[in-house]
Amino acid sequence: MSDIAERVKKIVIDHLGVDAEKVSEGASFIDDLGADSLDTVELVMAFEEEFGVEIPDDAADSILTVGDAVKFIEKAQA
Amino acid sequence: MRRVVITGTGMVSPLGCGTEVTWSRLLEGRSGAARVTTFEVDDLPAKIACSIPLGDGTDGTYNADQWMEPKEQRKVDPFIVYAVAAADMALADAGWHPKTDEDQIATGVLIGSGIGGLDGIVEAGYTLRDKGPRRVSPFFIPGRLINLASGQVSIKHKLRGPNHSVVTACSTGAHAIGDASRLIALGDADVMVAGGAESPICRIALAGFAACKALSTERNDDPTAASRPYDKDRDGFVMGEGAGVVVLEELEHAKARGAKIYAEVVGYGLSGDAYHITAPSEDGDGAYRCMQMALKRAGIPASELDYINAHGTSTMADTIELGAVERLVGDAASRVSMSSTKSAIGHLLGAAGAVEAIFTALAIRDNIAPPTLNLDNPDVETAIDLVPHKARKREINVALSNSFGFGGTNASLVLKRYA
Repeated sequence: MSDIAERVKKIVIDHLGVDAEKVSEGASFIDDLGADSLDTVELVMAFEEEFGVEIPDDAADSILTVGDAVKFIEKAQA
Repeated sequence: MRRVVITGTGMVSPLGCGTEVTWSRLLEGRSGAARVTTFEVDDLPAKIACSIPLGDGTDGTYNADQWMEPKEQRKVDPFIVYAVAAADMALADAGWHPKTDEDQIATGVLIGSGIGGLDGIVEAGYTLRDKGPRRVSPFFIPGRLINLASGQVSIKHKLRGPNHSVVTACSTGAHAIGDASRLIALGDADVMVAGGAESPICRIALAGFAACKALSTERNDDPTAASRPYDKDRDGFVMGEGAGVVVLEELEHAKARGAKIYAEVVGYGLSGDAYHITAPSEDGDGAYRCMQMALKRAGIPASELDYINAHGTSTMADTIELGAVERLVGDAASRVSMSSTKSAIGHLLGAAGAVEAIFTALAIRDNIAPPTLNLDNPDVETAIDLVPHKARKREINVALSNSFGFGGTNASLVLKRYA
């Protein structure tokens, strides 16, 4: 896993209180990791804070999995 | 109207986590007051408080993780976790865990708070100022709203009846129990989970209440002596925190399932002083009318009162309440015992009335009046027994609990032994 993926994974584990092995690239925040709509808002805020990027609301709506978040951040930082 | 009884109790208090541990320590004469060590108090005029004993959950300590998952605790103010803990205990004590649609819909929640999540509001204010609106958490609002105590309890236990809350400063807990009793009496619910919760031990609350000249500031070096209701050297209240929750139940509903009954809620009175935002009217008329209304509803003459759990905050207002009680009981003053348990646990603000209603029910159950600590030199002479220093064994069949709040809002509950 890339450095970005590791940091995303850590945020997800901390915020959602889930086991590390559940947090795969394809894991959906809502369907697989028990998040609700407010949790996903907070996750996006945490990603913005951690990586110093801005994730506009329409982009945030398409970040549904751990992998989606990693891809968005890699692109934003490229 | 239908009759209402108390079938379960739960509390988190400065004397411990749980009703029985708190009650036994209260009767022993222990105080929950200490110097605040969890945040900076050097620049605050009041440096002491009655905090909940934290620990691993054994020996009466409070362990938040037992009541709410850590990731959920992070999203809410502590007053909500206290409420959830007290409600869990009360429901377990009552043995009421509704599973059917009918039972869930017949069970409601009415838990209030006097001021809610002040500290979280301060923190979010800093976030807004320093990092901007995009960093304000989506959990800021639902974690601070006062009625989210009721909301969280209803969600956890699937209680789908009336979902309500009360905000009447230091009368909150008593109003919540009184209003919830009415909902049962009128047939809107068969069971209500009712009470109050508060977590005000933070810098802004200590600063704000001190600015109102409400807090004790002269005994920062002798915390357990600071809360001294009716004593001539009292100088203000000591801030407390916690929650008290009762399970109220329609009498026949309770009997049908063989529930344990602590006491019957027979009277509830409410009044307004219409006088001043923080001070009670000097003639105590609001308090008098409130108690009178509660006794009238109960159909019990004041001469039959055995015990009163006073509002008695350790402020100048103590003698005003005492005067109102003397007016109420008249010639029967010498048969009444009246104590302020705030002398031991401090002032739990919106939780006070609920915790004290539980103490009142236990006073009836055990025929014992809890003590007024630190009452060395009564400020005024009275024929009423103020239960100084030590708990008093005596017959208690009818008891009243008073709560008075900023804004001139008064509530009295009358409880009676169920026989």
